[in-house]
Amino acid sequence: MSQPFLDVKELRVQFPTEDGIVNAVDGVSFSVQKNETLAIVGESGSGKSVTAQAVMGLINRKSATITGEVFLDGEELVSASKEQVRSLRGKRMAMIFQDPLSSLHPFYSIGRQLVEAIKVHQDISKAKALGISRDMLDRVGIPNPERRLKDYPHNLSGGMRQRVMIAMALLNDPELLIADEPTTALDVTVQAQIIELLRGLQKEFGTAIVLITHDLGVVADMADQVVVMYGGRVVENAGIEDIYYRPEMPYTWGLLGSVPRMDVGRHERLEPIPGQPPSLIRLPKGCVFRPRCPYHELVPGNRCDDERPDLVPTSASHAVRCHLEPAQRREIAAERLGSPAMEET
Amino acid sequence: MTVVDESNTSIAADRGDALLRVDQLQKYFPITGNGLLRRRIGDVRAVEDISFDVVPGETLGIVGESGCGKSTAGRTIMRLLEPTGGRIEFDGRDITKLSRRELVPLRREMQMIFQDPYSSLNPRHTVGTIISAPFKVQGVKPARGVQAEVQDLMARVGLNPEHFNRYPNEFSGGQRQRIGIARAIALRPKLIVCDEPVSALDVSIQAQVVNLLEDLQDEFQLAYIFIAHDLSVVRHISDRVAVMYLGRIMELAESDKIYKAPLHPYTHALTSAVPLPDPRAERKRERIILTGDLPSPINPPSGCVFRTRCPKAQQRCTDEIPLLREFSPGHYGACHFPEERKLV
Ligand SMILES: Nc1ncnc2c1ncn2[C@@H]1O[C@H](COP(=O)(O)OP(=O)(O)OP(=O)(O)O)[C@@H](O)[C@H]1O
Ligand SMILES: Nc1ncnc2c1ncn2[C@@H]1O[C@H](COP(=O)(O)OP(=O)(O)OP(=O)(O)O)[C@@H](O)[C@H]1O
Ligand code: SF4
Ligand code: SF4
Ligand SMILES: [Mg+2]
Ligand SMILES: [Mg+2]
Repeated sequence: MSQPFLDVKELRVQFPTEDGIVNAVDGVSFSVQKNETLAIVGESGSGKSVTAQAVMGLINRKSATITGEVFLDGEELVSASKEQVRSLRGKRMAMIFQDPLSSLHPFYSIGRQLVEAIKVHQDISKAKALGISRDMLDRVGIPNPERRLKDYPHNLSGGMRQRVMIAMALLNDPELLIADEPTTALDVTVQAQIIELLRGLQKEFGTAIVLITHDLGVVADMADQVVVMYGGRVVENAGIEDIYYRPEMPYTWGLLGSVPRMDVGRHERLEPIPGQPPSLIRLPKGCVFRPRCPYHELVPGNRCDDERPDLVPTSASHAVRCHLEPAQRREIAAERLGSPAMEET
Repeated sequence: MTVVDESNTSIAADRGDALLRVDQLQKYFPITGNGLLRRRIGDVRAVEDISFDVVPGETLGIVGESGCGKSTAGRTIMRLLEPTGGRIEFDGRDITKLSRRELVPLRREMQMIFQDPYSSLNPRHTVGTIISAPFKVQGVKPARGVQAEVQDLMARVGLNPEHFNRYPNEFSGGQRQRIGIARAIALRPKLIVCDEPVSALDVSIQAQVVNLLEDLQDEFQLAYIFIAHDLSVVRHISDRVAVMYLGRIMELAESDKIYKAPLHPYTHALTSAVPLPDPRAERKRERIILTGDLPSPINPPSGCVFRTRCPKAQQRCTDEIPLLREFSPGHYGACHFPEERKLV
């Protein structure tokens, strides 16, 4: 395998607050190749957005302590200067934000905002930049792009705004696109349009995509590789098939058991995870998932309480953070997921 | 009463002892001009001619995209909004025109749970005060005293009964939703309208609340109207599902039929757009991608409201409003050219 386009190693982000230090991202590692989509899933507050912002160099270094390494095509960004990161952002790497309204300027026309985004990185005339902007709006499926350039964000529907955000992110042909919940605020029919659009763009340009979402349906549809985050840590990292058909971490089992499915008998009861996600200020000493894990008793000697499990590879492309024995994990997974998911494997 | 449309009224007629009957319900919001007289210059037709019934102990789901009129329908049925037209019957009684005072005793039987567990609870009241409010409003004195009853309710919905003196901001989103549920079941109502009760919650917490709602339904023979935009959740919890688009019901059927054998092109597109949490199944599926934007409910298309985005639209769809008809027992659709039955 070639060197990954994005390689994140032991990334840590801590925010000092009045209540104590928030360990928002606690030693996160993953990598993405060109032409590949990596999904980061996890519940609210698990550190997904902070991870993305740290990779993009969008966290104010005065308000946080950031350690670890982020390599973009071999170039390290955590220790790089602000100017160096800024020259890459919007050019080689770009981001689509969770909330398009908060990231588009309300008082500037769409055209003006797109032109400015181009001119940061390219020294071209306004007329030429407008032309590029119009073509990009057209590419992301916005009807009447010429007219839309003169519109303001509030004139557009949610789906159209998200397309404008995507157009803006793609203006300078980035090689890495980080999409933070790009469809969460949208209706499913619009979500289907946006997913189709991202897939088409990846096919055309070989973009590496990091997709952040809590929707396991969207992940199943788009991702090649999946990182499951819990309490600021990666608890499982595997290829798409392993995550859905051979998951090995109790939290991943819990997530899969919590989603209702349209295609199975509807009377099957959901199997939620008991309790609530942890506070990132006072994390448990051992496993972060311990307070909600029904399996900790199977691990001898209170290790789940006392000892923090490492992210251990179980195969070349599958790593798990859990003290249970691998054979034990496989047995429980097979039982919990039932046979349909395990067939053909 | 003159029967305007026979096919519509038959929905309410067939199923015997309905707890709730909604007949050709309409809710318009007037748009007024800026001039001195604030004249009415148009209407937002939020709910246009919807009919359905709910039997005791049943869950009727209402799905549809943002702005299609789900919440307005729920609030109008609860009589939190004045209906523009149509009729609402609860337990055999016409409640369409009851006065505010006449509505008070009805609130014992019909309750509502809202989407936003943050804004629907008064931050200055303790949880105990919030949950016991229905007793006070209705002048009900529980036999064992208010506090014991509140603590029972808290335990029943999975909250720590010791916490009755705490304030809403000391609880997580899922716990606040449980507070709303405890308040809604306090008087043992027959019907609860749940408007996006789990949409703001994380999946693991969402599943906890869904299971709780199912358990309470079994225990108290509750009927639910379950409103949400997440089709997977609605299908899971509902016995029957109504699919709305631009203020109208497009299809109404048993929830399995909605997914497996939709007859309306909109339902078909909607279900095909929901991704399944199963990569192999998901990547084999055919997806119907709708083009264009939702039309405005101020000026809805003539004929079939879905025609501007329907892949099957023909001239007749522009000229003639398709009425909701029964295509097979219990399966209703509003379309001139329904889909061939195809199992997905
Ligand atoms: N600037 C900040 N100062 C202090 N804490 C912060 C800051 N930004 C984020 N956090 C905290 O870091 C944690 C992780 O937040 P993050 O936004 O990454 O979560 P997320 O996984 O993206 O959640 P969601 O699904 O809700 O978007 C949260 O507990 C959040 O409150
Ligand atoms: N008080 C009001 N005044 C004017 N228009 C309103 C009012 N309430 C709702 N509407 C309009 O009525 C239509 C239906 O809104 P409603 O809130 O019922 O939709 P919904 O299906 O619940 O959407 P969502 O999924 O976003 O909650 C929308 O066009 C909305 O803008
Ligand atoms: S390490 Fe222990 S507590 Fe953590 S997930 Fe594994 S079994 Fe559960
Ligand atoms: S009536 Fe015509 S436009 Fe409407 S859904 Fe049926 S085929 Fe489509
Ligand atoms: Mg986030
Ligand atoms: Mg609503």
